Amino acid sequence: MDCIGLCKLIFDAGVRNQELARFIGSLIGVLLVSGVPLLTVIVLIWVERKVAARIQDRIAPNRVGPFGLLQTFADLAKLLIKEDITPTAADRILYNAAPIVSFASVVAIWAVIPFMFANNPEGAIVGVDLDIGVLYFVAVASLGTLAIMTAGWASNNKYALLGAFRVVALLVSYEIPLVFALIIPVMFAGSMSLVDIVEAQSHMWFIFMAPVAALLFFTSSQAETGRAPFDLIEAESELVAGFNIEYSGMKFGMFFAAEFLHVFTNGILMAILFMGGYLGLFYQAIPPLGFLWLGLKGAVVYFVFLWLRNTVPRLRIDQVMGFNWFFLVPVSIINVILTSLILKLMQVSGFAPTNFATSNLGEMLPLTIVMLLKDVVIIAFILGRLGQEGRRARIEEQRANEALTAAAVGD
Amino acid sequence: MSVLNEWAFVGVFLLLAPIFPALPIGIAWLLRPNKPNVLKSQTYECGVETVGDTWVQFRVQYYIYGLVFLVFDVEMVLLFPWAVAYNQLDLFAFGAGFLFIFLLADALIYAWKKDVLVWK
Amino acid sequence: MGDASLSLILAFIIFTILTLGGALGVVMNRNLFRGTIWLMVSLFGAAGHFVLLSAPFLAAVQVLVYIGAIAILFTFAVMLTRSLTQISDRFTRLWWNVGGAGILFVVLVGTVILPVWGGFTPSNDILFANVADTTQLGIALVDRGSETTQGFVLPFELASLLLTAAMIGAIVIARDADDDEKGKRS
Repeated sequence: MDCIGLCKLIFDAGVRNQELARFIGSLIGVLLVSGVPLLTVIVLIWVERKVAARIQDRIAPNRVGPFGLLQTFADLAKLLIKEDITPTAADRILYNAAPIVSFASVVAIWAVIPFMFANNPEGAIVGVDLDIGVLYFVAVASLGTLAIMTAGWASNNKYALLGAFRVVALLVSYEIPLVFALIIPVMFAGSMSLVDIVEAQSHMWFIFMAPVAALLFFTSSQAETGRAPFDLIEAESELVAGFNIEYSGMKFGMFFAAEFLHVFTNGILMAILFMGGYLGLFYQAIPPLGFLWLGLKGAVVYFVFLWLRNTVPRLRIDQVMGFNWFFLVPVSIINVILTSLILKLMQVSGFAPTNFATSNLGEMLPLTIVMLLKDVVIIAFILGRLGQEGRRARIEEQRANEALTAAAVGD
Repeated sequence: MSVLNEWAFVGVFLLLAPIFPALPIGIAWLLRPNKPNVLKSQTYECGVETVGDTWVQFRVQYYIYGLVFLVFDVEMVLLFPWAVAYNQLDLFAFGAGFLFIFLLADALIYAWKKDVLVWK
Repeated sequence: MGDASLSLILAFIIFTILTLGGALGVVMNRNLFRGTIWLMVSLFGAAGHFVLLSAPFLAAVQVLVYIGAIAILFTFAVMLTRSLTQISDRFTRLWWNVGGAGILFVVLVGTVILPVWGGFTPSNDILFANVADTTQLGIALVDRGSETTQGFVLPFELASLLLTAAMIGAIVIARDADDDEKGKRS
């Protein structure tokens, strides 16, 4: 989205005031850019249900429209005409604002996502190529946390409040490995701009150079969006649906849609940050093909998100927190230290390029191999420790069993 | 000047973004029935009436997580410029960054050893 | 460049209203939770001002750290120490407090702001001056300092030390509170 170009078009078309032309150009740009996530949400709900159903060995809704494609619209209609029961003594303004802020914060992320290659000054079709793209994404995501807190409090319901506290504690804790994992692509590309990060992967995708960072980002995203195994946020069987107990009708629908869109957005972001975004065959010759590549990669990651969600049981809150603070955070810190060490050593000794976008595959190979080795070492270490813990737990269990049977026989 | 242009777009985006969810909610407000009665408007508590003040039990755990997150948040924010300029710097930059991260990892180890990060 | 454009002035006015209005909302609202929400509004206005000063990195930092962490901590503190019915405080009508604050405001404006006030015509010189981008910030942070540059590596490390001290101090205090609450544990 070349806003300057759009504005020029409007300017020439008759709107003489430069300010107004810029504003209208921005408006149209916003509508075009946000059309992508909004249209995607409608498809996502169908995809989600189909995939979940197939993994659970059943058929998803398939009555409404071919293959149940129109089911989303039926649900939408149902939610629209449901009565909205606002509890008494609920804080009206905040109660109504929370789902809006939650959804808006996810849509706002799409302003910085590059869709395809273009021969314009920004280098890509993108809403706006912010210099601080990655930081913008993290900042906007933290606004979503705020919305959940508000929803929990504004419901004037102690269960909603309790649910909201746990959610915020979880979201806040998992932001640490998320951002530490984000530092790696930023370090490689030398810029926080998403377009620069994509361009820096022209010769080697970051997922091959930093698989541990990619896994960290993947896991933290799974937790940040409240998906299993971390979905005690919306645990349907505990706390009676958590912070959105008192929401019904379209407001509940907005929380719902915001969560789905958030998962897909994180999938697209993982594709951009680690898997090369719109890079692929012929992405420069036929730019829309780049859009297709991005969609495919994002869809693959999204599918793995869904796969994980429908396969793994839910973790308890203390297990979730333990996993974060005793595993993810130390691993992410060690990963940053080791990656920066290796990168700098190899750059100083001339084995690695300092500008990834302008180098070539041959220069990138030594760095890739060494990084992969480092990651293999980290993963081997982790698996070794896990094996040790597992062995210890098994021995303890065996001993406990023996003690029990001995006591039973003795009696 | 182009920096401000970019952020003007972001500003318009942030202004428009709340309208997208507000629209369906507004349509729902027009379309749905609105028959409040006393029973429906009560606070939900598994079908029983709420008794007493709505207290949330004070768990210092929530606050500790928030505190540790705050410290790490500021650390990460300071690490971002370091990471952005990393490719153009020399080995000393690694040392500076390593010391920075190590000091905070030290604090994390202290928290770990003192058992404050465990959710009880 | 001529005078600042209309949209710039409009943006400045909007962000000023957000900042000051939010601040007023914090102190005047009886409901403590709403007060924290007004605080977030005010901080968001401050972030907007950073953008207008061509420092988008600081704006993102403001949103991420202040609104995403500190304001959330405020909310935790407010909600964990009061029940929902105690959430509104009585407004103690100490009007002479307000008078004292007003006098302080006038004194500060007179001694700090007026000497550097450039008048009401918006000047582009400060807004569009050549401000450093994030890369230069990063280079400065690990710069040891020389004749031409001001190295900030020592403040960088001292900041880390400060953060470590803050975290350890907070843990010590929180642990004491925890021990008091749950009875002495081993």
